[in-house]
Amino acid sequence: MSDRPLPQPDDDLDAAFWQHCAREELRFQRCGNCGTWRHLPRLRCASCGSGEFAWERSSGRGRVYSWTVTHQSPIPAFAPRLPFAALVVELEEGVRMVAGLAEADVRELRLDLPVEVVFERVGADAALPSFRPRRAS
Amino acid sequence: MSRIRAAIVGIGETDYVRGSERSAVDWMLEAGTAAIADAGLARKDIDGLIPPPAYTTAEELAANLGIEDLRFASTVHMGGASPIAAIGHAARAIEAGAARHILVTVGWNGYSAMRPKPGSRRRDRLSLAALERTVRDFYMPYGVISAAQMYAWIMTRYKLLYAIPDEAAGAVALACRKHAQLNSRAVMRGRELTMAQYLSARWISEPFRLFDCCLETDGACAVVVSSAERGRDLRRPTVAVLGAAEGHPYPADDVPSRPDLLRIGLHWAAPRALAQAGVRAEDADFLGLYDCFTYTVLLQIEALGLCGPGEAAGFVKNGRIELGGDMPVNTHGGLLSQAHVWGMNHVVEAVRQLRGEAGAAQVEGARLGIVTGWGDLGDGSVAVLGRT
Repeated sequence: MSDRPLPQPDDDLDAAFWQHCAREELRFQRCGNCGTWRHLPRLRCASCGSGEFAWERSSGRGRVYSWTVTHQSPIPAFAPRLPFAALVVELEEGVRMVAGLAEADVRELRLDLPVEVVFERVGADAALPSFRPRRAS
Repeated sequence: MSRIRAAIVGIGETDYVRGSERSAVDWMLEAGTAAIADAGLARKDIDGLIPPPAYTTAEELAANLGIEDLRFASTVHMGGASPIAAIGHAARAIEAGAARHILVTVGWNGYSAMRPKPGSRRRDRLSLAALERTVRDFYMPYGVISAAQMYAWIMTRYKLLYAIPDEAAGAVALACRKHAQLNSRAVMRGRELTMAQYLSARWISEPFRLFDCCLETDGACAVVVSSAERGRDLRRPTVAVLGAAEGHPYPADDVPSRPDLLRIGLHWAAPRALAQAGVRAEDADFLGLYDCFTYTVLLQIEALGLCGPGEAAGFVKNGRIELGGDMPVNTHGGLLSQAHVWGMNHVVEAVRQLRGEAGAAQVEGARLGIVTGWGDLGDGSVAVLGRT
C-alpha cells in the first residue's frame, strides 16, 4: 500500500485539517462570529462572511448520507481493497465529509446508518478518519 | 430594429475511434475546418474562438487556422458542461456584436490519453482545474478520483430515496444503443444491447454498472456560431440559439457539502434557458442529454421539468425516449453509444435534426430541440435550438 495517495495539501487550511487528523482528532472550522460549522475548509463563513474561526472538535458521531462501492479502481494502490466503500458521512455538527468504512462489510450500508469515527494510521505523520457502525451497547 | 439573434450556421465532426496517434489539437483543427466549410465560410472569416478548457488554446488554433484578427476569445471551465455553455457564451458575444463568426470546438483523446504508449510524448493530460484541491486533499486518500465515483455519491442517494429501479437506467442505455445502430459514426454500431446484458454487466462503482458508463473515444466536433441574419446568406440552413444558460450546484467544487445533493447545475440553468426561449421542455421534438452516465440522464429529465423529482423512472418507460416515442433522447447514440466528445456531438446531431438531415434517425418535422451539458462535479448547461 506504499503507493496509496496520502493527503499532500499545498493549502494551509487543508493542511491544518489533516494535522488534526494525524493526532487522531476530528476538527472542523466553526465560525467565530455566527457559530456555523463548515467543511471543506474555507477562508470565509458562507453564512455571515466572517473570516474568524476556530478548529473545534467534532463529536465524531454521524450518519451515512450516501456512498459508492467501487469495484474497478482507477488508483492501482486501492486494487487490494476492492470492493471498497467511499462514504459521505453527515456529522452531528451538520457538516459532511468523505471517509472510508471501517469494521463493517459494504453490504451493511444503508441511508442514515449511525456511525462513529475511527482513525486509520497510514504512517507516522498521517491518519485518515474512517467510520464504523455504532453498535448497540 | 429587432435584437440580433445567434444561430449555428456550420457543423463539423471527425471520425470517432478508440485508439489513435493524433494530437487533440489536430482532431480539433479537422473538425473546425469542416465546420467552417459547412457554413460556406473561409477560415479568415472566423473572428472568434472558444476552445475547450484543455488540450489547446485560442492562440494555437488561430495560428493554425490563419486567423489574423481574433476579436473574441474565451474558454469555459465547466468540464463536460463547457461546450454547451460555450454555445451560450458565443451567442452572447454575437448578440453584443463582439464578433461575427465564432468557432466553438472540442476534441480530445479520451481513449488514447488514458492508455499512453511507452515513450509517447502526449500533452493531452486532463487537468482537474478548480477541482484539483478538493480531489487531491479530500477524495483521493479514500480512493476516489474518477467521475464515476463522485457522481455515484449523488446517484446512490437518488436511487435509494426514490426507489429507482435498475431498469430505468437500463432504459437509457438501451435507447442510446438502439439509436447508435442507425449512426455511421457510432462506435457501438453493430453491437446491440439487451436489458439482460445490461443487468448482468459488472459493477464499476455502485450504482454504476459497465453499461451505465459512457464510452472513451478519440475525436472532435466543432460548430460555427454567427447571427441568424448573416446565416441566411450562408450555405446551410441556420439553427437559431433560442435560449442558452449555465448553472452550478452549490458549492460547485465539493459534492458532499451540498445542502441538496440532488440539485445539479441544470436545475438552476434550465428555467433560465427555457424562459429566454419562451418554451417549455415538453415542447421539444427531441432531446440531447449529457449521458456521461445513464443516471445523469434521469436526473436531467427531472431538472428540465419534464416530470417531478424521482419520476424520471416512469418517464423513460415503454420506449418513450426512443425514436418513435414522444421524446426521443440522443438520436445519434450519445456518449454512451456513439462517442464521448464532451456533448458537442449532441449539438452536431441536434443541428442535423433541425436541418432535416439526420437520415435514418430523423425525427419527423423536428422544429425544436434541447441539448444539455454536465461536467466537473455537476455543473450544467443547456441550449434551446430551433429551426428558423
